[in-house]
Amino acid sequence: MKKQAYERPIIQKLNTGLMNKYGTKTEYEPVTHIDGHAVHDLLQAHGSPLFVLSEKTMRQAFRDANRAFKTRYPKVQFAWSYKTNYLSAVCNVYHQEGSWAEVVSGFEYRKALDNKVPGTKIIFNGPAKTGEELELAIRHDSLIHIDHFDELYSLTQLAENMNRRPRVAIRVNMDTGVYPMWDRFGFNYEDGQARDAIHMIVQGDKLELVGLHCHIGTFMLSPSAYGVAAAKLSQLVMEVKKTYGKTLQYIDLGGGFASKNTLKGSYLQGVDACPTIDQYAEPICTAILNAGFTEDELPLLILETGRALIDEAGYLLGTVVSNKRLADGRRATILDFGVNILFTSFWYDHRISPAQPFGQYTEDAVLYGPLCMNIDVVREHITLPPLKKDDRVVVHTVGAYNMTQWMQFITLRPAVVMVGKDQTVSVVRKRETMASIQQEEQVPEHLKHPDL
Amino acid sequence: MKLKKNIALSDTGFVFDPSTGNSFTVNPIGLEIIGYLKEGRNAEEIKREITARYETDGPGFEKDLADFVNMLQKLKLTDGNGKATD
Repeated sequence: MKKQAYERPIIQKLNTGLMNKYGTKTEYEPVTHIDGHAVHDLLQAHGSPLFVLSEKTMRQAFRDANRAFKTRYPKVQFAWSYKTNYLSAVCNVYHQEGSWAEVVSGFEYRKALDNKVPGTKIIFNGPAKTGEELELAIRHDSLIHIDHFDELYSLTQLAENMNRRPRVAIRVNMDTGVYPMWDRFGFNYEDGQARDAIHMIVQGDKLELVGLHCHIGTFMLSPSAYGVAAAKLSQLVMEVKKTYGKTLQYIDLGGGFASKNTLKGSYLQGVDACPTIDQYAEPICTAILNAGFTEDELPLLILETGRALIDEAGYLLGTVVSNKRLADGRRATILDFGVNILFTSFWYDHRISPAQPFGQYTEDAVLYGPLCMNIDVVREHITLPPLKKDDRVVVHTVGAYNMTQWMQFITLRPAVVMVGKDQTVSVVRKRETMASIQQEEQVPEHLKHPDL
Repeated sequence: MKLKKNIALSDTGFVFDPSTGNSFTVNPIGLEIIGYLKEGRNAEEIKREITARYETDGPGFEKDLADFVNMLQKLKLTDGNGKATD
């Protein structure tokens, strides 16, 4: 006789008056496949845990964003935000779609050059560019976005020494009605700093001011704030034209569009709370079109969108290591991945799905990572079907920041694979080994023999 | 030590403790185990019943049973201080 499927016994106390109208159960179906590939097979082939990227989803997200802006405004250019995910395979998907590169360090700048991005299509942001890095950017005729006066002076000096005229923009920070206001980067709009910087650049006549840049925040849930930013930058572009007779070529509104993740503490799920790309596009494009530019003078609109283009294309697959019961009766499940590779679990309540069939019963649990550190909590509260040792799970919406902010801490970092548009699976970053870590270390001669 | 005698069980997995007024839900395996406990069966007998009919091995089920019984104690569904499967 065939035995029946087994599910760990669970008992849950019923509480009245605590449920919200959306209930607590979030997972109704197991996620057994990603882009046609079985989760079990992917883990078998590449080890657990494993990051999986969907090229199809990445391209679709880009095309949706491109359509949202280009149907509203005639001159739009995306620049792929390298810090969001600078795996070369990822960058090249967006470059193939037409994105320029937006980098914030010499390391990222060189990655963009290695990816064969023409220097003229690299935007160099960031508050800590070295003299050597600025020289490199000047030689490649990149767009250098100046963050502070010290940088402005250094760049002016370099331009003179190199007998070149670098193309620059200034980063402008401003009050868009969103708090906290990001005023640590760039020159302030309201107190006149931005105008002073523009005056110095134009009057100094060593740098070619070609645009204005701002980046008002991250995971912004208020599209209207972008409308305010676009209006203020447009105003500044028109002031430059009026004051100096100079037509600026572009407005760069940076990034910060939210993905569909659920921020910790949010009442609604991310899919319900986060604006769509069209909701961002509408106030931005309307503000620039209404600013009073003639048709010929309309500036190019540059967007450095990262998270909203890749987060949903990333999955983290993992395995249950163990179950235990906490002193207060809560179920604790230990997974083979933690905050070391899922950095964004500090910010989000990630959606996590079992990868095998389950019944209708659920239990409240806390999900821990494998690190011997108290901070290693993947989800503080989650309602999931009973999971057992060696069960597989899928973490959704992890494409942004995790593969750049991850830590080689306590354990090694996993492989990253990409499911291509033709369904082939390619390793785009190999699983780390002892050798990949040890090769950077050097031990002084007298410490080579511990003599225990 | 045994499950409280006055615990009410429904066929659909609803558990009611009249002495505290608390209600609980259990999944089918949990319901079956509570039924055995009410009949006074011990851990070894329960393990035999479950492993004979379900896709689980002895050691795996023992661990789950111990955890489940521990929860019954935490939820005050057992009599006295001993283990429910003694």
